[in-house]
Amino acid sequence: MAKRVLLGAAAVLLVIAAAYASFFVAPQERTMGVLQRIFYFHVSCAWAGLSAFSIGFLANLLYVWKRKEKYDWLGVSCVEVGVAFTTVVLISGPIWAKPAWGIYWTWDARLTSTFILWLLYISYLLLRTLIEEPDRRALLSALFGIFAFIDVPIVFGAIRWWRTQHPAPVIMGGPNSGLAAGMVPTFFFAVFAMHVFMWFLIAERYSLEKMRSDVELLRQEAEAT
Amino acid sequence: MKNLDSVFWAYTLGWAIFFGFYLSIAKRSSDLRAEVDRLKKSAPENSQEK
Repeated sequence: MAKRVLLGAAAVLLVIAAAYASFFVAPQERTMGVLQRIFYFHVSCAWAGLSAFSIGFLANLLYVWKRKEKYDWLGVSCVEVGVAFTTVVLISGPIWAKPAWGIYWTWDARLTSTFILWLLYISYLLLRTLIEEPDRRALLSALFGIFAFIDVPIVFGAIRWWRTQHPAPVIMGGPNSGLAAGMVPTFFFAVFAMHVFMWFLIAERYSLEKMRSDVELLRQEAEAT
Repeated sequence: MKNLDSVFWAYTLGWAIFFGFYLSIAKRSSDLRAEVDRLKKSAPENSQEK
């Protein structure tokens, strides 16, 4: 509990510092001006969301292999947190796109693959609500989670493989890409802060799932007596 | 400043979603804690009845 409180306090301080750096430390971009400052929030949330789904994928694989419930708890926690981050990405992106592109949305490769990713993991969460038996629910959702993860590398590669509306990557995008030197420290600091915040949310959600399992055991004991 | 409203809404709605998500975790945790207390209280009563 004390560790989670400390992690929460660190996460809050870091995201406040990252927001400050995004507005007052990073230099103003020449073409988009202040609008480009959405970048530090939008992209760091996108990376944190993909990281959460990646950890969830490992947890799903471990559940299928070892059948230990702690991997099921970690899997669902990561997926829920990943969905929250992806929802933020799908909302902040169109708000940025309207003044930058003149449209809120287009069925471009990156946008479409991200939307499909969000739908896949929403389906994962819905699937869990439909299965009563805990072991069966854990196994089927782990298998579905492994399938859903196929879209994560597609989201990552979409702006590298297909040149459509979404801008080309500025990080790991090849020789002709990159951020202005003054923006790099703020960007990576924002990514770090968002990852600490992601860990905090996963820890909170994991503790909830563990508590749910304890309640289930208590219920069974109460029914047996 | 041009487009400042878009920056404001992107950050505000984003953090509102995170805040709502955290509140939902806190609410579900609180409900489960109440359920644990209820089950712990009812367990001795059940065993006495038997």
